[in-house]
Amino acid sequence: MDVILFLAFAAFAVVCGINVVLQSHPISSALSLIGVMGSLAVLYLLLGAEFIAAAQLIVYAGAIMVLFLFVIMLLNAGSEAKRGRSLLVQFMGVPVMVSLLGLLSYFVLRLFPAAPPVRFGNFRGGSPRSFGEVLFTQYLLPFEVTSVLILIAIIGAVVLARKEID
Amino acid sequence: MTGVPLSWYLVLSAILFALGVAGFLFRRNIITLFMSIELMLNAVNLSFVSFSYQWAQVNGHIFTFFVMVVAAAEAAVGLAIILTVFKNRQTLNVDDVNSMKY
Repeated sequence: MDVILFLAFAAFAVVCGINVVLQSHPISSALSLIGVMGSLAVLYLLLGAEFIAAAQLIVYAGAIMVLFLFVIMLLNAGSEAKRGRSLLVQFMGVPVMVSLLGLLSYFVLRLFPAAPPVRFGNFRGGSPRSFGEVLFTQYLLPFEVTSVLILIAIIGAVVLARKEID
Repeated sequence: MTGVPLSWYLVLSAILFALGVAGFLFRRNIITLFMSIELMLNAVNLSFVSFSYQWAQVNGHIFTFFVMVVAAAEAAVGLAIILTVFKNRQTLNVDDVNSMKY
């Protein structure tokens, strides 16, 4: 069951990820990205990360992607014009990508050949309770700094996007 | 009942990361570039959660949480910048926004 669920949602994530790169219209890319995030949320659940799975759906697939779709519709962005890319990207892009992927996969398979397989339910530390205990004791200072960061981001967004008042 | 090897999760993460890099290099629409960055962040999050499972510690989840928060802040500011660029230039193509290049 674990294997079937993993393979199904991993395949869905990869197909949607390829779609993000290949689609020429930004709306299609955004919807594919929502597919990637939804299937990643299922994989997080399989890994025992309940809180992160919920946050992935609410924050990423909910808030951030709605912001993206909103901006795409606001700007009325059409399909991307097919224009000449730089020669470097045109000829080196795909080989560099494939070699990057090969290198990463090689190191992963080399470093973790005999790790115990992932079974659903083996790790129970991802509940909101244990997550919150660690977040609000060990990581309290980073948490507070993050709130300041969010405040700065909000002020920055307002300053950037407001109309010029003369 | 056999489980999934941990390395499969990490290889999936590597695939998604490479796709994000490819999108960032090949696409010219500035909004799509942002979405490629989000794809890369998601791939790294998957690695964090996998390692968190591997060592049975919740710290990886905390890092994922912080990455999400930073991604939200980045999306808000970045999309505001995109709005401003579009207002001034009437284009979303990154090749046309090159006045700091020369």
